[in-house]
Amino acid sequence: MAQRTTEIIVGLFMVAGCAALLFLALQVSGLSPKSAESTYTIFADFNDTGGLTPRGRVSMAGVTVGAIESISLNKDTFQARVEMSIHSDIDNIPSDSSAVIRTSGLLGEQYIDISIGAEMDSLKEGDTFYSTQSAMNLERLISNFASGR
Amino acid sequence: MIDRIAAFGRLGLDVVSSFGRSGRFLAGVLAGVPRPATGFPLLLKQLYAVGVLSLAIIVVSGLFIGMVLGLQGFTILSDYGSEAAIGQMIALTLVRELGPVVTALLFAGRAGSALTAEIGLMKATEQLSSMEMMGVDPLRRVIAPRLWAGFIAMPVLAVIFSVVGIWGGMLVGVDWLGVFEGSFWGNMQSSVDFVDDVLNGVIKSIVFGFVCAWIAVYQGYDCVPTSAGISSATTKTVVYSSLAVLGLDFVMTAVMFGDF
Repeated sequence: MAQRTTEIIVGLFMVAGCAALLFLALQVSGLSPKSAESTYTIFADFNDTGGLTPRGRVSMAGVTVGAIESISLNKDTFQARVEMSIHSDIDNIPSDSSAVIRTSGLLGEQYIDISIGAEMDSLKEGDTFYSTQSAMNLERLISNFASGR
Repeated sequence: MIDRIAAFGRLGLDVVSSFGRSGRFLAGVLAGVPRPATGFPLLLKQLYAVGVLSLAIIVVSGLFIGMVLGLQGFTILSDYGSEAAIGQMIALTLVRELGPVVTALLFAGRAGSALTAEIGLMKATEQLSSMEMMGVDPLRRVIAPRLWAGFIAMPVLAVIFSVVGIWGGMLVGVDWLGVFEGSFWGNMQSSVDFVDDVLNGVIKSIVFGFVCAWIAVYQGYDCVPTSAGISSATTKTVVYSSLAVLGLDFVMTAVMFGDF
């Protein structure tokens, strides 16, 4: 086969490989080109984070508005401190809103839902949620029910 | 009795010395970097033989494996009423495991055995030694392009395999069994991470490509130059490559995805 034809076919092969990788990046893993979106950081203290994981979503009314950055233990209060980044264009979360850990579906992953308060002030960079509601623990729920409390 | 123990010991020494020879062989191939002007056309020709010609088997098996994953996943997941998770299941299975591993196994059977037989026949017909007589380094001229071609072609093939498999899974899941297309892709996108899943899969396939190509060219270069020797070298290529791929896959999975 002529050298030129081989070159073209191998070139097409490599292009197909790159296109496939691009497809895996954009369509399958949902990597968006505008990854450096501007965000601000707020905190929430929970008694029990359950199965919450970093990179999980933070949502309001079911719409994703941010992501969980890290989960660490606050050694003074023995509570879990969750750091989350919220998109900058959502800058009017009332300061008395509460952060609630919910589960999507029966067996789905856990996420933070922000339930809206009524205050006129809004949460800013570095603020902490005033009230939180921890993850629902099915085993505790059942044991409370069984012991009749 | 003594003879048996001696034979056993000789076998062990043979194995160890063949490891040593393959290492020295690899060092020789990698040290002799081909000149770009002469090396590139040779590499191109091997990429065509090893990569492009393997495309058909990769695409067809990828399509069928994706479709089977779609069917099996739907049957299991519909018991829990979560058919929508089928996209996530197919994508993670293909990108993390089946893409790299099945591609490597097919590659060892399709391209590795051909490389071994070709090089083995070159050795048996004394083409390699006549090259040496002419002052051409056979490691540089014959072996290096084939090793690099396998090394480059494998990740490309594995990525194509995954994409075709996901498309096959979508064909069955969405078009045939009626899973909602939005949740198929949405679930997939929220659970597949580009660096953790896709890039780790690519790293796996690069390692497999290197190992398969190395075993194939070494077995060809080291074979006993008779027809029986070539056939046993070809068999060894397929067997060793498959074992190495599966063993390395376990190790890499434990390192990449194990939580410890």
